[in-house]
Amino acid sequence: MVNYIIRRLFYAVLIVICVSMLVFGLIRALPGDPIEILVSRTELADAQADPEYFEELRHELGLDKPIPIQFVNWFAKVVQGDFGKSIIKGDDIMQSMGERMVITITLGLTAFVVSNIIGPLLGIISAIRRGKLIDNIVTFIANIGITAPTFWVAILLVYLFGYVLHWLPLYGYTLPWKDFGLSLRQGIMPVFVMALGPIASTARQTRSSMLEVLGEDYIRTAWAKGLNERQVIFRHALKNSLMPVVTLQGQMIRQIFGGSFIVETIFVIPGMGKLMIDAMLSHDYPTIQAVTLILTVVVVIANLIVDLLYGWIDPRIQYE
Amino acid sequence: MDGTKIVREQIPDDEFEVLEEEQLSGVNELKRFVRAFFRRKIVVVGFILVVVVLLTAALADVIAPYDPYEQDLYQVLAAPGPSHPLGTDALGRDLLSRIIHGSRIALAVGVCTVLVSASIGTVIGLIAGFSDSRLNSLIMRITDILISVPSLVLQLLIASALNSGVTGVVIAIGLTLFPAYIRLINGQVLSVKQNDYISASRSMGAKKSRIIVRHVVRNVVSPLIVMMTIMMGMSIMAEAGLSFLGLGILPPAAAWGSMCRDGYQYLMTRPLLSIAPGLAIMILVFAFNMVGDGLRDALDPKLRGALK
Repeated sequence: MVNYIIRRLFYAVLIVICVSMLVFGLIRALPGDPIEILVSRTELADAQADPEYFEELRHELGLDKPIPIQFVNWFAKVVQGDFGKSIIKGDDIMQSMGERMVITITLGLTAFVVSNIIGPLLGIISAIRRGKLIDNIVTFIANIGITAPTFWVAILLVYLFGYVLHWLPLYGYTLPWKDFGLSLRQGIMPVFVMALGPIASTARQTRSSMLEVLGEDYIRTAWAKGLNERQVIFRHALKNSLMPVVTLQGQMIRQIFGGSFIVETIFVIPGMGKLMIDAMLSHDYPTIQAVTLILTVVVVIANLIVDLLYGWIDPRIQYE
Repeated sequence: MDGTKIVREQIPDDEFEVLEEEQLSGVNELKRFVRAFFRRKIVVVGFILVVVVLLTAALADVIAPYDPYEQDLYQVLAAPGPSHPLGTDALGRDLLSRIIHGSRIALAVGVCTVLVSASIGTVIGLIAGFSDSRLNSLIMRITDILISVPSLVLQLLIASALNSGVTGVVIAIGLTLFPAYIRLINGQVLSVKQNDYISASRSMGAKKSRIIVRHVVRNVVSPLIVMMTIMMGMSIMAEAGLSFLGLGILPPAAAWGSMCRDGYQYLMTRPLLSIAPGLAIMILVFAFNMVGDGLRDALDPKLRGALK
């Protein structure tokens, strides 16, 4: 077990380094020279024509060195918690990521918990009432959740609850410990949008595995013993039918954090996703690198936790 | 083995002509397939929708009431009415015509992405499945890594590194989706390899290439087709997401995702501008998913008995 964890941690670090390298290389392939962007965006515009100044700046930022060396230098600083400065806004990236990360993780985690409660619940209900109206409704919702683009669901909600009904604020986000009521009202739509896809996939998965489990001999035995429906479902069937859902968790985490890009853009939430998209659109290289790294770390750690939990829940899994 | 023959007959459109080299062994097979495929009403709906979108894309020039790129600055943000059934956008372009033409981009991106990712993934998956256990576990480890990377981040970066546009988007999405095929094909090959008929033909002196072509590929084709169908939907959705963020297919191209992005600014006054293209995306993705489900029902040998 300890061996397994160590090996997984090793892989986790490897993934993070590989992804950072990949991103580093890709960023160098992006159109536009970072120095020119830096110069034109800051008040140094009058120095723009001076090629010597360009070279000086390039040297100062280490951009004249070969890319692998630039990567090593960057990574060495990152390990010490220094992500450098944004070339667009000029502020310290680590600092500007601080609160944004809290926001994104708060929203993402809420969406994760919500989808893990609602998804299996819907799945169980529709499995138990197979073929009934409620089953059809759940299946329909699940199909929509899987096939509707995240941004489209968000647009619909904004239109309906924001513009037409005026029930919920259109954008923005406040952390729950600052103003809980406002946070709740602002958070409902983003969390729902992020959770919809995962809810749909867990509901489908729970439904089909529940149906499978309900056909097992030990369930028939449970019925034969004279147990009532609640005991059969919750004491006997539930645990085994949730097993395949656990394997979905990793995919759900990626889906939720991937969704945060779109959700934060639409709801103008100052989180990591918004930061990333803004950085991409303004070619803010250091910020892109930093956000990618942090998001990869979050996803990799979350995956690791899920895998360990999986082994804890399912005793048949052996860590070699 | 008969499963594969059915596949060869039944991909309804001419894009799979290559596979039609073999003759149908009996009409019953075809009937069985059609019955299994159309057994669920929702699959029928999905199939019809796919056909409708294909026709729309093919006949876009004929059906569309206006040129999707023609600006009419006297008709900016017009409300839906007799002359413009869904209204016009901020540049006076007819929304319906743009949606109709958008089906071409969506389908082109879907088909190209699926071809790119399926071919890369299948080749690597076959290599993995047929190599010794050390190389196999190396390839699969790398695949695990690729799958665990948040794909949207990579798609965003690759797409903008390649200057967006259809090609960039296809490569970006294709490169992030191919690991799923490696897993599928590798798993399929490993399970097929355990069958007795493989050892039998090997003991008769069949070459590796012959075993791959005659036995393995046939067993891999059905799940591959199902996966490709479902991936069509996923790729179209991924493209829409990138375009919505302004980093996929950029305006003025009539891509559904970027139409939603442009229209979103006018959500309060002209909701259709962003809601209608989104609906089109959803319908197409839904249709491909349903067809994929239907194909799975009809092609999965495990379900075959149950469906008769």
